[in-house]
Amino acid sequence: MTVTQGNKTRQRILAIAAIGGSLLACAAQAQTSSFTSSSKLLLTGGVTNIEGSAGGGLTPWAIIGGYGTRDQIGANAFFTNVRADDYELRTGGALVGLYDRVELSFAQQKFDTKEVGGLLGLGNGFTFTQKVYGAKVKLFGDAVLEQDSLLPQVSIGFQRKENDRGALLRALGIKSDKGTDFYVSATKLYLAQSILLNGTLRYTKANQTGILGFGTNAKDKYEAVFEGSAALLLRKDLAVGVEFRQKPDNLPFKEDHWHDVFVAWAPTKNVSVTLAYANLGNIVIKDKQKGTYLSLQVGF
Amino acid sequence: MLRKLGILFAAVGIVVGGATLTSSAHAQEGVKITDDAGIFKEFGEKAGLVKIMDDFMINLLKDPRTKPFFENSDQKRVKEQLVDQFCFILNGPCEYKGAKMKPIHANLNINRENFNALVEQLQVAMDKNNVPFRAQNKLLAILAPMHRDIVTK
Ligand code: HEM
Repeated sequence: MTVTQGNKTRQRILAIAAIGGSLLACAAQAQTSSFTSSSKLLLTGGVTNIEGSAGGGLTPWAIIGGYGTRDQIGANAFFTNVRADDYELRTGGALVGLYDRVELSFAQQKFDTKEVGGLLGLGNGFTFTQKVYGAKVKLFGDAVLEQDSLLPQVSIGFQRKENDRGALLRALGIKSDKGTDFYVSATKLYLAQSILLNGTLRYTKANQTGILGFGTNAKDKYEAVFEGSAALLLRKDLAVGVEFRQKPDNLPFKEDHWHDVFVAWAPTKNVSVTLAYANLGNIVIKDKQKGTYLSLQVGF
Repeated sequence: MLRKLGILFAAVGIVVGGATLTSSAHAQEGVKITDDAGIFKEFGEKAGLVKIMDDFMINLLKDPRTKPFFENSDQKRVKEQLVDQFCFILNGPCEYKGAKMKPIHANLNINRENFNALVEQLQVAMDKNNVPFRAQNKLLAILAPMHRDIVTK
């Protein structure tokens, strides 16, 4: 990305942040009374994806996070721990959903290389930290209520990612420690079938979601990848499902696609717990990484 | 890059747009569920619906998001009409002769929160009466689009 493009991106983010800020200000004046009412149906606010957007665990969905309806504001905080054979990823963050239209999110990811860091000469427990600033706007549709229509809810969004290991990444031939993913998601609850489907197209340069930076010196181009989720509702507070996340493959070693099976449980409207078994493939130098994904979300 | 993004979004738009050729049956009083012969039984037939509506109304009068609407309504009539309406939707031997959804709710100032709260309280009442979850969802799938006639705020 050239300097001017970088500036443009930054301007765009600032513009969106400003819009979000003024929306919040209006809301604080006009809507304080409904801030805490949780009025979407259980689990229809989704859980939080590893990059902080409302969705499944691996991928953002078109739904706007939090339980706020179009007259309300909702908010969530989350903590997720992915424990693979040789690595650990700890993520925490929060989002606000404004009037079931706009979602603003922040997440911080810490990728712990544990002993692999030592093997690579970085030191045991060497950690990459990435901050992710996200925004999502619902374009049209309603995933839940429009049950007589096949039209899904469609949203677009971005995830701006900033990694703290720029010098190391560049020494490894990686182009940048910052990048922005753009995505479009379509989500639909098929209530008569008790099934939820989501498809996301992501436009990205990220290596391992950005934990290993963006682009390489050999290839610094955006590409479109597909992400999908399917969930079966078992009870109003319980869903099981599968997810898939296609990944670019630009590193010297192979980057694999990700998949998982998950169960999400919402004991109350304010709390949900997601447990997944994820297959993450090759990460850095360790092959066949499998592990557990445990996420706790607390919302309003 | 932006141009490519534009193309990407346009492509998705076309795919999604293609899926809008949907059933034009605009739910007024509800469409019959005809693909499930046993569903009326799963609700306990008419006697079951009467019990569900009794519990439903109790819940609606407890929930601050729905109470103001129902406390001064003719609760007995609303329950009876709901029994007939749901019985019809569930393919039971009933006819719904009550008011159309749009005019009867038109002046009530119902918003999304009120609507979703009512659905939640219906779920609670159906759970209490042991209606299987998947059967509940089939009914809710017919009721949900009625928000277009009911939510005016
Ligand atoms: C899919 C959802 C809904 C269905 C199927 C439904 C159905 C009905 C039916 C069958 C009646 C009786 C009509 C008659 O008396 O002839 C009725 C009346 C009424 N409904 Fe709804 N309703 C729904 C949503 C709501 C919501 C969300 C509220 C407010 C929170 C509400 C408030 C009322 C009130 C207050 C009446 C009585 C009106 C009057 O007697 O003038 N309804 N509804």
